[in-house]
Amino acid sequence: MNAAAIYAVEGVLLVSITSDITDTDIIDLQEALSKRIADTECRGVVVDISALEIVDTFVGRVLAQLTSVARLLDAETYVVGMRPAVAMTLVELGMYLPENHTALTLSHALDKMRQSGLIDGLRRG
Amino acid sequence: MPDKILETTLEVLKEDAEGILADWIEQADEDGAKRIDLFSEKEERDQAASLLRSFRLGVRDASKDGEFDLQDEHWADLRGILSEITHERVERGVLPGEMAALILALKTPLFERLTEKLESDPERLIEEVLLLSKAIDAFAIYSNEVFIAEREQVIERQRDEMMELSTPVVELWDKVLTLPLIGTLDSLRAQEVMESLLQAIVERQAEVVIVDITGVKTVDTQVAQHLLRTAAAVRLMGARCIISGISPKIAQTMVELGVDVGEVRTRSSLRSALMDALTSVGVAIRPINDDKRNAK
Repeated sequence: MNAAAIYAVEGVLLVSITSDITDTDIIDLQEALSKRIADTECRGVVVDISALEIVDTFVGRVLAQLTSVARLLDAETYVVGMRPAVAMTLVELGMYLPENHTALTLSHALDKMRQSGLIDGLRRG
Repeated sequence: MPDKILETTLEVLKEDAEGILADWIEQADEDGAKRIDLFSEKEERDQAASLLRSFRLGVRDASKDGEFDLQDEHWADLRGILSEITHERVERGVLPGEMAALILALKTPLFERLTEKLESDPERLIEEVLLLSKAIDAFAIYSNEVFIAEREQVIERQRDEMMELSTPVVELWDKVLTLPLIGTLDSLRAQEVMESLLQAIVERQAEVVIVDITGVKTVDTQVAQHLLRTAAAVRLMGARCIISGISPKIAQTMVELGVDVGEVRTRSSLRSALMDALTSVGVAIRPINDDKRNAK
């Protein structure tokens, strides 16, 4: 079973992470996502973690890695829907995710991407 | 150890309860443990009487048992009444020392009577006095503990109330929240502040948060750390954090301490922070048109 599905929404890739995601799922996800970014030449990725209730350093690191990989492929990553408890834990762990963009919800992220021209950029292809 | 410990004490307590009570209160009065300003004569007497009664019951059960352990259930009744009375006294403002003195004053009348009774058996006398003394001391200590626990509860409650009062998250405009911080920012409060702020961000779908520290007395490395962590958590949630109310003095201290605020925005006044926040949500404050004002 795939714990994280990748959808194409409004020209960006939406990754929704479910609460029961395992460490191997995350690694698979990283692989699948980088492929999809390269294939679609998409310039925006939104990772929705609103279902995520528990984070550890691993998840934090993978999020940062996803972002770095996406950036190398010329795509910006937005993390959206973070729960207060998750945000506090990440800060507690010292993982400030400086590479990631963040937004409250998917629509906020899409707004921000439209403003910065990422979405239009995708439509060129 | 004889089969019936504190036997004579029990006898004395049975025979002359009234006398002991009267002497006890008198003794307490002498020791300055009586507070006629806080308690009426009758209340004082009733409390002492109920204490003495359950003390007698405790002694009776304990002597039957042959064991002498203050944690025993024999003394549960006494402990209950003791904490009840202590509770009442805390509320009226009795000092812990006075409460202890009241209980310790029970020694005098009891020892006097024991001495009379056991004149012929000094060995026994010493034994009973020793045990009795131990018991009364233990109850004085117990009442002191209850006292402290009561006080702590009061402090705890006040701190909770203060905590609630001191972390109001206010909605200034759509998507703009502010959190005016006042007083000191310790770890516990910082945690509380962060929690309520992040919760409010979710509830109000806020995009910009202004943390105003005009009312924060001092900013040391720890406070700065808390502020920056709050800002980082706010960013992770997808909102932007502006720290406002940084006085020139605080700015200097922060630099001296080597605090690096990184990408967190700082503003000297809430006013300029508000302007900044409104701009980023696409709203502006402008004067009402003169014509319109005249028309009113």
